[in-house]
This record gives sequence, C-alpha cells and structure tokens, in this order.
Amino acid sequence: MANVFAFAEQRGGELRKVALEAVTAARTIADATGGGEVHALLVGAPGIAARAAALGAHGADVVHVAEHAAFANANPEAAAALAAAVLKQANARSAVFAASAEGRDLAPRVAAKLGVGLASDVTEISASGDSIQVKHPTHTGKVIATIALTGNPAIVAIRPNVFAPKPNARAGRVETAAPPLDPAASRVVVREMRGGGKAKLDLSEAPVIVSGGRGLKAAENFKLVEDLAAAFGNAAVGATRAVTDDGWRPHSDQIGQTGRVVSPELYVAVGISGAIQHLAGMRTSRTIVAINKDKEAPIFKLADYGIVGDVFEILPPLIEAVRAARAHKG
Amino acid sequence: MKIAVCIKRVPVMDVKFRIAADGKSIDETGLKFDVNDFDLWAVEAALQLKEKTGEGEVVVFSLGPDAVQEQIRKALSMGVDRGVHLKADRVGGDPLSIARALTAELKATQWDVIFFGKVAIDSADQSVGPMVAELLGLPCVSAISSLEIASGRGTAKRELESASEIVEFPLPVVLTVDEGLNKERLPSLKGIMAAKKKPLESKPAQIDGGTLNIVRMELPPERAAGRIIGEGAAAVPELIRLLQTEAKVL
Amino acid sequence: MATDYFNIDSALSEEERAVRDSIRKFVDDRIMPIIGDAYIQGKFPKQIIPGLAELGVFGANLPEEYGCAGLNNVAYGLIMQELERGDSGIRSFASVQGALVMYPIYAFGSEEQKRHYLPKMAAGEIIGCFGLTEPDYGSNPSGMITMAKEQADGSWVINGAKMWITNGSQAKVAIVWAKTNGDPDAKSIRGFIVPTDTKGFTAKDQKGKLSLRASDTSELVLDDVHVPATALLPKSGGIKSPLMCLTQARYGISWGALGAAIGCYEEALSYSKTRVMFGKPIGGFQIQQARLADMITEIVKGQLLSLHLGRLKDAGTFTPQQVSMAKRNNVNIATNIAREARRILGGNGILAEYASMRHMANLESVYTYEGTHDIHTLIIGQAITGLSAFE
Repeated sequence: MANVFAFAEQRGGELRKVALEAVTAARTIADATGGGEVHALLVGAPGIAARAAALGAHGADVVHVAEHAAFANANPEAAAALAAAVLKQANARSAVFAASAEGRDLAPRVAAKLGVGLASDVTEISASGDSIQVKHPTHTGKVIATIALTGNPAIVAIRPNVFAPKPNARAGRVETAAPPLDPAASRVVVREMRGGGKAKLDLSEAPVIVSGGRGLKAAENFKLVEDLAAAFGNAAVGATRAVTDDGWRPHSDQIGQTGRVVSPELYVAVGISGAIQHLAGMRTSRTIVAINKDKEAPIFKLADYGIVGDVFEILPPLIEAVRAARAHKG
Repeated sequence: MKIAVCIKRVPVMDVKFRIAADGKSIDETGLKFDVNDFDLWAVEAALQLKEKTGEGEVVVFSLGPDAVQEQIRKALSMGVDRGVHLKADRVGGDPLSIARALTAELKATQWDVIFFGKVAIDSADQSVGPMVAELLGLPCVSAISSLEIASGRGTAKRELESASEIVEFPLPVVLTVDEGLNKERLPSLKGIMAAKKKPLESKPAQIDGGTLNIVRMELPPERAAGRIIGEGAAAVPELIRLLQTEAKVL
Repeated sequence: MATDYFNIDSALSEEERAVRDSIRKFVDDRIMPIIGDAYIQGKFPKQIIPGLAELGVFGANLPEEYGCAGLNNVAYGLIMQELERGDSGIRSFASVQGALVMYPIYAFGSEEQKRHYLPKMAAGEIIGCFGLTEPDYGSNPSGMITMAKEQADGSWVINGAKMWITNGSQAKVAIVWAKTNGDPDAKSIRGFIVPTDTKGFTAKDQKGKLSLRASDTSELVLDDVHVPATALLPKSGGIKSPLMCLTQARYGISWGALGAAIGCYEEALSYSKTRVMFGKPIGGFQIQQARLADMITEIVKGQLLSLHLGRLKDAGTFTPQQVSMAKRNNVNIATNIAREARRILGGNGILAEYASMRHMANLESVYTYEGTHDIHTLIIGQAITGLSAFE
C-alpha cells in the first residue's frame, strides 16, 4: 500500500480546478497501487482550512493545512520546504502537482530537495504495483514520450484540464502542518497580484476556447470573438502569436509553440490561417472548428469542421445560433 | 556584475519528426538545430542587463555533445563574453541530472544573476531552472515577462492563468525567462566574426543517469480527416447541427 | 523551408551559415512585411538602412580596420543572396554602397579618404552612389563624355551627366568617373568623390519605372561642379578602375540573382502543395513537377557556380571573365525561374502579395545592368576565342 501526496493549489482563498484534478489523479494512483492514503497539502491565508472539505470529497484521506498571511500568494520557497516535509512525513511513494504556472515553479524545487526526478506536463499516468509510467508530449506536441519514474518518491506534475476531477468521498481529516521555513522569511515576495478575478475562465480550464487571428483585421474586431465566447457561456478567448506580437491581445492569451498549450473539448479558430507554431498549441483539442476566408489555409487540414468565408459575415449569425442552441438546452 | 546564462541546443520544430530505430529518441537525420527560443530571450536579457549596468561579464553554459559549441558560438556572436561547454555525449531525460551537472559548474562562481529560458521546446520539462536554484540555495523567479534590476534588488512580472504577479527579489537570483520579456537581437556580422576569437572552454560534464527513464517515444495518433462543411453564413446551421449531434459539444 | 537539394550547407563554414541565417532573419522580419507595398508605392524603404548598417551589411567584405565586418567573399555573397530573396532593389542598395562606393574608396583612395568615409559608410551615415553610366554610354562606358578639368590650384571642375544611378537622390556623395583635361581617350578617366550638395550638382528621380520600383534610380547632372584636389581618388586611372568596381558588384549579383530565384521557387513550391485543382494539389501534376524540377536544378547549378567563384576570389585567383559567366548565367536562370513561378501561381501570381512577379520585373533590370547579358556573352566569347566581337 503506497501513499500518494497531492498539492492543492489555491488562489485568492479559493481552490483552483487543478487542485481537484491533482487530488483525483492521486486517488487514482493510490487505488491502482494497493489502495494507500492520499495526503493533500493546502497552504493559504488564514481561513483556507475551510476549503479542505472539497479535497476530501475528491479522494483525500488527510488534508495537511498551513495557514499564514505569507501563504496568501504563491510562496514557492516556503511551500517547497513544507511539501517535502509533508511528503516524507506521509511516507508518500508518489506525489502529484499540477503543471500550472505555480505548479511548474513549485514541483521542480520539491524534486530537487528530495533528490528525485520530476515528470512534468503529464497527460497519462499508469501505475501498478511499485511502478509508475507517464506520458508527456514533447517537441511541441509532435512526439509523445513514455517515461518510467524510478525514483522514490515518484513526482509528477499533471497537465491542467486533462485529469477530470471525480468525486470520491474520503475522510479528508484536517491536520495542521508546520512549515519548516518561516513563510514570512522567503526571499521572493509577491508585491501585487493583477487580474485573477473568479469571473474569468482561464484557457487551461475552459471546455471551449474561441481564438482569433490576423483574419480579424483589427484589435477592435476581437469583440466578435469575445461575443462568441460569451455565447458559449463556458469559453475562454485565445489568440495567435501574430496578434499578440502586434499588441491586440496580451501575451498570456497566446496559444502556440512558445505560448499556452491547450486541450479543450471545442476549439473555434476564427480568422486563423494555421501556422505550424499555432497548431502546436491546440492540435490536441477534441473538436476543432475553423472559419477562414482562404480555403487553402492550413488550418482546414486540421479542423474537423471548416467554414470558408468572410468572418465578419459568418460570426454574427453564428453567435446568434450558439446563443439560441444554449438557451434551448436550458 | 557576473551574469550566467544556460542554453540548450534543440531541433528546429517546423518538421515532421521520425522516431529513431531504438524507439526512445527522435531520428536526427536531416534536422536543423538552433538555440532554444526561450534561451535566446535569456541571452538577450543577460546582455541587456550587462549593457544597463555598463560593466560585468556574461558567460554562457551549455551541456551536451561537441555539436552544442555551435550554439555557444551563436550566443557569443550576440555579444556574450565567453562560453563554457560541459561535454556529455548522452544527456538523458532527467532534468535533475541536467540541473546537477550545471550546478557542479555554476557553484564555482558567485553569480549575481543566472538566467535560464523558461522551458526547452523539445523536452518541454520546464524544470531545470528552478532545480538549479534549489541546488544552489538561491532564490528563483520563473517565467518572467518583465524585469527591472537595480542596486542589488529586482522586480519582475510573472504571468499566471488569467492573472499576473509582480514579485520582488534580492540578488543573487536565478531567473527563467518567458516569451514577451524581450526580442532577441540578431547576431551582427562583426559579432559572428568576433565570436571565433572569444574564449570557449570545453570540459567533461559531471552528469549522472538520473531516475527518469525514457521507455519509448512515439508519434501521436493522427487526427481523423476533417472537412469543409460549407461557405459563408449559410453554413452556420449545419455547423450547429454537427456540434450538437456529431461532436456533442453543444 | 530552406532549399538545399545538394547539401551545399555542408560546403559552408559555420560562420558563413551564421551570416546567412542572420540576414535571412532580418529580411523575413523587417523586409518581407513591407516590400510589396514599397514596390507598389515606388519608394525605397529607407527605414531599414539603420538595421542593415547595425548588422554590418555595408562593405561587409572590407577590412575591420575601416569599421567593416571583414567577412570573406562567400559570406558576402550569401548576404547578397538573402537580401535579394527579399527584393533586387534592396540588394542593389547594398551592392552600390559596398561594391561601388566603399570599394573604390578602399581600392583607389588615400588613407585620409579611407579613414574619413569608410567607417561612416559602414554605419549607414553616409550613403553614396556610383556615377559611371551616361545617357549615351551604357554598355560602352569608355565612350563617356563627362569631363573634369584640373585648375591651377589642383582643384577640379566637372561637367557632364550620368543616368540610371541607384541611390542617386538620397546619396551624400557620388563617386563620379570622368575623363580629364579634354583627353577623349579612356585612359584619362579618373574617379572623384563628389559631395552631392556641391553647387551645380543635381540629382533627379527617374520616374515611371516598371522594374526595381523599391529602389531609388536617378539622373545626375554636373554643371561646373567644383571639387577640391582632395576629391580625386589618387590611385584611380583608366577604364580599368570603374571596371574593377563593377567586377566586385557583379560577383555579388551572381549570388543575389540566386536569392531571387530561391524566393520564387519556394513560393511556387509551397503554393503547388496547397493549391488544389481537379481534386489534388497542383504540385502533383506532371507539368508543374517538370517546372519545379527545372527550377531547382538551375538553382543548384547556379549555387555551385557562385560558391566556387567565391572560393577563387578568396584565394585571390578569380578573373573578371569568370565573374561574367556567373553573373550572366545566374541572372538568366533567375529571370526564367521567376517567370515560371509566376505561371505556377496562376491568377494569384499577378498580385503584389506574391513575390514572383515583382522579382520577375526586377530581374529584367538586373539582366540589363552591371553589364547586360549580351555584353557578358561577348566577354566570355572573347576569353575563349581570343577574338573580340564588340565592334
């Protein structure tokens, strides 16, 4: 029976979706390797303990909580020391972090502290007995590597939006965790957080992404993309490198080889020609729709459904039709 | 200021890759190589920092076979002062063993800043920078998209999902660079000529086998072919129907 | 992307490839996005001059001691190739500045002239032009009538007209070739560095061009232009001096033409793989394949010609007659490749958003300037038969 550690990421006092994904994945590993305990670690500002219940509901047997004002924002120096300590204390054979922005900052430090490798951006885990193998896309998603983790503990960071959270009620017993490093003494300090309001769905969490490219002709026309995303109701807005380089959209919206890699249920590419470096960021989306005036555009080779035509003529009726379809669904 | 930058030689990505006969690596026949995109931005950040403070030295490090010296020379041609090649014919798939090999070399000097690119676009692990920081006991700020350094302290911006953080940190520090921080300068012709005369030291890397083993590399399954379902606004009803009934996403 | 059917990359040094890659990236980032428009407007895109200077493009094969990059001639050729893959007008600008303005100062100038002009020209701060061709003397520059008369104090007064002068109206100096002291024989020809703001010097844009539209082409008129003794290029003498400059430029053009050809070929190839007609990409039909196969074959042959020539030039053993063969061949095949590429592009090929027809029009000028195709034919003919067919 091997215990599994999971790091539960929070922001602004709320659990992020990846926290539930990590606990779910940890639960799956534990069940596949003899049914050990899942120990989740949750750090945050005083009051964060109230969120522990959701972790228990998704499979955590124990939730270790550390509350401190200096844990309100990401504090990887103190969090890494604490995670390593809890991991050891829980006798965890493996550990699951999210390969989120904060997770990719935190997990490597924990791995280095414990002297073991880290398999990051993992899209599949197969665990049985004492062995763990994972799949990890490399070379801009053109190659899939299967990696065996031979270290103890085996540490993985899972790609967001791939391991769907699954309710699995366990005890979720809360224990106070004492940080070995004073969180207030960390050398890197967050002075300010901008954005991050709950209202905005992130590209790594959204089931639907509507993306715009040069075919929109001007920054103002992105309103059509935003309106289509709003019509879907559960969509985030993405962009190509061409339009982020030109400043129409922020860099953090860029989907591509050097930007965000996303894997939503539905990806709608509006006025995007399909440059290789953009495709690298979205080619694993389950369903791809492309709208472009040029029928030779490379995106049509990848898209499941393509419409050739003027985006300014197609989008308004499409927005209406999506609204109507969603309203009808009730 | 003493500034270090670690760079990686990666294949140029706009090709269809093939798996090598051993099934655990990519076939390098006919591939072109360059410095990893993010590492070029790291080199640019290092050069801008040196130019801003008006003095100091920028040293580039790269781990790998002799071929990586070409990438070291590219960094030298951009203006880096000297290069160190840590020679290892096989590097393996474990970021920790890479981090340890780099740390063994970096720890000999008191660096003010050590720059990394956020992630190598081939192995896509995004781990080496923070691991090196941990092994050296240095603070680390990863994935920076803006940077100010003055009087032994710095401020940087980090993009999170739909949010950003402004962080402050002391020097010495390890920084990993994200897209958007800068645009790398092109090597000038004089820079290319000067690179040949700059010091480039090659020494064996102290690298272990690591605990991650690549079992297999394979090409992802091909997507089923899609189709153009129509033209103009007239195709909208059909799209809705397909999204509802066939793809079941609406 | 990059076309290298015969792995010519393996015959280049790492520096040569690095030089090529830097210029290629500059052209892709800074020139490709604006050149179609510049061509239609008929304007040379001046805003790229500082970027080119910063890279070290001007006089790139001249020595470091004069502020130049000190590259070998193969690297210089690769620069010309990449610039012309962008546009022949851009490459013409660099050819003139490097081979026709900086080179004569380097080869025929005094030490003061070299130290005064070359670093500033490398930095793009002083742009020059080359005044050899006249309205009635193109293929036969020895017949020029521009005349410089020495004064008692050693200064000179120059009268005459020059035509088809690239960079003419933006140049700060003109390298003017003139016969001297009333002697109609070509042996009296000397070169002069003439500041273009000298009284009596005017430059006028030649309008209505259908080729090299993104290039500045002017007529120069010299009406009692008075220059000091220090304007004379002391080591210049006879028609040989300007011809030596032309040999330098022609060498670069043999590479440049390949750049245009490669640009057209890659555009046509890419188009043929995605343009679908009769149910499959047109690149899968025999006639298009034959066109493309012919193009790439000529490109490879041309590259090997220029590469070997570059190695001979670096060894100091090349001859102007060899340069004639390379310029003649490579420009000729490039004009054919551009035209065939335009045809592969079909109707789209007439639009400025595609490069081939712009290259096609430009290459007509390149065919005619720096020694017309026919003149080079006769140069080769004379070299191999020993008989002159010029008159």
